[in-house]
Amino acid sequence: MNHSFNWGRFWLISIPFIWLLVFFLLPFIIVVKMSLSDMANAMPPYVPTLDLTQGWSSLMEYLKQLDFENYSFLMDDELYVLSYLSSLKIALISTFLTLLVGYPLAYGMAKMPEKWRPILLMMVILPFWTSFLIRVYSWIGILKGDGLLNSTLMALGLINEPLVIMNTTTAVYIGIVYSYLPFLVLPLYATLEKIDHSLLEAAADLGASPMKAFWQITFPMSLPGVVAGAFLVFIPAMGEFVIPDLLGGSETLMIGKTLWEEFFGNRDWPLASAVAVALLLLLVIPILFFQRMQEKQQEANS
Amino acid sequence: MNPTRFNWFNATSLALGFGFLYLPILILIIFSFNDSKLVTVWGGFSTRWYVALFQDEAFMEAAWVTLRVALVSATFAAILGTMAAMVLIRAKRFPGRMLFSGMIYSPLVMPEVITGLSLLLLFVAIGLDRGYWTITLAHTTFAMCYVAVVVSSRLLSFDMSLEEAALDLGSTRLNTFFQVTLPIILPAIIAGWLLAFTLSLDDLVIASFTSGPGSTTLPMKIYSQVRLGVNPQINALSTILITLVAIGVVITSLLGKRQAEKEGKQ
Repeated sequence: MNHSFNWGRFWLISIPFIWLLVFFLLPFIIVVKMSLSDMANAMPPYVPTLDLTQGWSSLMEYLKQLDFENYSFLMDDELYVLSYLSSLKIALISTFLTLLVGYPLAYGMAKMPEKWRPILLMMVILPFWTSFLIRVYSWIGILKGDGLLNSTLMALGLINEPLVIMNTTTAVYIGIVYSYLPFLVLPLYATLEKIDHSLLEAAADLGASPMKAFWQITFPMSLPGVVAGAFLVFIPAMGEFVIPDLLGGSETLMIGKTLWEEFFGNRDWPLASAVAVALLLLLVIPILFFQRMQEKQQEANS
Repeated sequence: MNPTRFNWFNATSLALGFGFLYLPILILIIFSFNDSKLVTVWGGFSTRWYVALFQDEAFMEAAWVTLRVALVSATFAAILGTMAAMVLIRAKRFPGRMLFSGMIYSPLVMPEVITGLSLLLLFVAIGLDRGYWTITLAHTTFAMCYVAVVVSSRLLSFDMSLEEAALDLGSTRLNTFFQVTLPIILPAIIAGWLLAFTLSLDDLVIASFTSGPGSTTLPMKIYSQVRLGVNPQINALSTILITLVAIGVVITSLLGKRQAEKEGKQ
């Protein structure tokens, strides 16, 4: 055996590691630092800025100027608290709605003859590959006041006045369910497909109705898929920007949109950073949970 | 699960589910051929919006920027992501392993606004001029994590004895990688590259934060138009993009099927 230092292994680990440290971890440290700074009418638009050429005393001076002012502002100003609560509410409700739409779809796919399943699977994946922005955009023409939905319903005589859906929270729900449906269906279908059919036959032989067999066997066994899919919808929905911006109205508060407006509209970089840190703190538990699940799954596979 | 006999409940849920997924896209495509500027009124068949699109220089310029960013970042992401996958699966013990795997999985679920903002602040802090290269760096970083996940699932099912045999026969580690490992995991790397390419083509939020004047990507251009309302030119552009993606997905899945059949025979 060769006991000298393994340079190949060293570079294999260091290159992606250093890349991630520089472009993933370091930016977060900068965001945290920025959230403790103050806004300024300058370029870059914040104070203090660190000038290391001035030596040790400037560093101390710099640290003294950092404070938690932005966070206390977040807590005091109703807009931010409401944005967080409303994002949470919208993400939870739309995750549930996605489950309502996605479960029957995944179930139906798993019940199809085996030779059909790859085609159905591809049909679920295909929209996922097409542009997210375009898929959200496609709903504007359908939902708006003189859009296709209203003109169809009015032509059929089902309604007399156009429904107001566009620029409301309802449109945001539709947008999220539509955009994230494949994320839920794929893991759910994977678990449903693996369920051993003989269990259901046994239940039927023992006199269970199909309904009872579903709730006592299929549903509990599909729960890992439900949980994985629900996380994949809930986490990105919390920080969503495009959907509330294009489909929602002024009444739709979501934290991703608030951050965007704080940054691009008000050019308040420190406050936008504080919003980002607070959003991350809210998501840290679900994200860690999701990571554990990924790692466990990988261990189970190996 | 075994198939059961034809069941109305299953048939209805499939029809409704796929109807919901495909109807909006179908309507978008149909109305891209609409002669009328009004999106809800059919004014006869026409390809005028396609002609207008190709004559719009701002759009063509944005498409070119987007394509360059996607090609370069997908390639970097494929290389870095494959390395990261090798580390995740093969290197069981090294200092900071927990941190490493955390940094691979976190970007997958990180809200884009946070990724975008944090990268922008990094570029400002190190004084990098924002533009084509900053978008490319940003896309490489989040796409490499997707590549790492795709490739590592392939590496898990990899028969290690093949590598060991090559090493026993005196092949160097680097040679073994290029002659044994790489050909076997290549389909996963290609799939990862395609995923990275599509994610880059599609990204609005991260590109908006990290781009500078003069480097507008296609999604940014689409977004600025879409905010003003429905626009038939965007419908035409969307139709082109959807068609390209559909062709790509069908080709890759056919290739994947052939590969699976070949492996099945062996």
